[in-house]
Amino acid sequence: MFAFILRRVLQSAIVLAVVALIAFALFNFTGDPVTFMVGQDATAEEKAKLRADLGLDQSFYVQFAHFLGNAVTGDFGRSLRQSRKVSDLFKERLPATLELSFVAAALALVIGIPAGVYTALKRNTLTAHFLLAASLIGVSLPTFLIGILLILFFAVYLGWLPSFGRGDTVALGWWTTGFLTASGLKALILPAITLSLFQMTLIMRLVRAEMLEVLRTDYIKFARARGLTDRAIHFGHALKNTLVPVITITGLQLGAIIAFAIITETVFQWPGMGLLFIQAVNFADVPVMAAYLCFIALIFVLINLIVDLMYYAVDPRLRVERLATAQ
Amino acid sequence: MPELATPAVGTGAPPGRLGEFWRSYAQSRGALIGLALVVLLVLLALFADIVSPHPPNEQYREFTLTPPAWDPGGTSQFLLGTDPVGRDILSRLIHGTRLSLLIGVISVAISLGLGIVLGLVAGFFRGLTETIIMRVMDVMLALPSLLLAIAVVAILGPGLINAMYAIAIVLLPHYVRLTRAAVIAEAGREYVTSSRIAGAGVLRLMFNTILPNCAAPLIVQATLGFSNAILDAAALGFLGLGAQPPTPEWGSMLSSALEFIQRAPWVVTFPGLAILITVLAFNLMGDGLRDALDPRLKR
Repeated sequence: MFAFILRRVLQSAIVLAVVALIAFALFNFTGDPVTFMVGQDATAEEKAKLRADLGLDQSFYVQFAHFLGNAVTGDFGRSLRQSRKVSDLFKERLPATLELSFVAAALALVIGIPAGVYTALKRNTLTAHFLLAASLIGVSLPTFLIGILLILFFAVYLGWLPSFGRGDTVALGWWTTGFLTASGLKALILPAITLSLFQMTLIMRLVRAEMLEVLRTDYIKFARARGLTDRAIHFGHALKNTLVPVITITGLQLGAIIAFAIITETVFQWPGMGLLFIQAVNFADVPVMAAYLCFIALIFVLINLIVDLMYYAVDPRLRVERLATAQ
Repeated sequence: MPELATPAVGTGAPPGRLGEFWRSYAQSRGALIGLALVVLLVLLALFADIVSPHPPNEQYREFTLTPPAWDPGGTSQFLLGTDPVGRDILSRLIHGTRLSLLIGVISVAISLGLGIVLGLVAGFFRGLTETIIMRVMDVMLALPSLLLAIAVVAILGPGLINAMYAIAIVLLPHYVRLTRAAVIAEAGREYVTSSRIAGAGVLRLMFNTILPNCAAPLIVQATLGFSNAILDAAALGFLGLGAQPPTPEWGSMLSSALEFIQRAPWVVTFPGLAILITVLAFNLMGDGLRDALDPRLKR
């Protein structure tokens, strides 16, 4: 157990280091910062002095170590475009992205699981066929198109909901929330649906497949033989046993949701981190890009790690398999 | 058609491998629809210059934002209407088919080729080589695909070609893992051993003996990878990181017309529909292929 955790932590650290290396490489791809910073008539001595002051005359390894050291303390320097500290920008944008992501994840679960159970239990009904066909279309539709269609229908034709922005927000310390105002909640609806739709179809198909698998097993047959009600069998025995993979996948998808928020935030001009990142990419604002990559990688690796450990703790069968496959 | 089917049934001889495959593939209506759509799309892409009524970048300035032909304000000259600078949307969509399929072919070809080689090497030699290759793939899989693609484009710079590279890199780990798993499963079989005893060299064993027997899952994954590639390319185009205007790529067509969504919904809906149909066609075909080639994977 301990060796397993240690190995996973080590792997996570390697992933983070690689991402940090990529992020650091971004700085070198955008050209020599010294030429941007000094005037045209700067002498070679002035340039060399600036280079030494910035630590750019040192070897690649020293620079990378320096970058890593700063990154660990959350210091990514200043944004080139907005000339503010990147960490401040992130603090400002983080609540918007997290609120959107969590609402989307909750929506995907609340609708996806019942729909999956329904399509598995009532396999040959018209509704089940309709849901399955709809889920195939949901997987084939690009996220941005879903968002645009929703805007077209609910914001343009019906005029019920706002088509962009976050509405009014309330500040709780440094955290700003849109949950407490009517306009904030209204603004949240369309982006949250957009972001959740893909995960919803994924969860629905997963629950359906797992349910069908479990319903074939012997212990379900025995439960039936014991004369239990359908309700007890389906929800007490079958659904419970499908939830382990569902929890895992959902946990992993939470990271994907935060990443996919980039597109949703662009469509709805949602003032979150994804929009910040895309603007940074378009303006070659390297510190923001580097910080975003590292931050997302950190979130992703942490989620992966937690899910893996949870999986390991929840499902005893897995422990045996893991040990068997781990050479 | 009936004449073709009779020999197999009439003589009682077992159908050939291809015949058997086709029979199992044709069982699914969705798979047939997918195949028909894919064939249609390929034909459209090949003959885009002949089929499309106008050149894709020709601007008809007096016809900007003309609605589709069935709308009272539309003309039969522009069946699906025109965009904000007066270009024919139908022609641009047809030429966009060419681009989307090209993106799919090139990025899948790059990642499939590279993935097969890396997977074969990892599965065949095992040991340290395998560990290194698979750990790198794990790192790539640890990040969400779209984010990885955006990061790659951010490093290489926006553009259609770089978007293809980015998508190829994102798809790569799946092929490597599939190939490796298949190779490990096959390498211990008797026919491989006998081929080895017969004096086959390493390369022959890898590419000639083992690879053909791992083909089924790879074909399925490649088909599904196609739809992934098209979706990701459209997303990158939409974010302004893929094909640059005036290239008639569906995603960038959509994003450049976004501000006109209230006045002219058709400039946004038709490219979206094109993406939906194409991706759906490849998904249906991929599902059909999976069920026909590899019944074990059927769910």
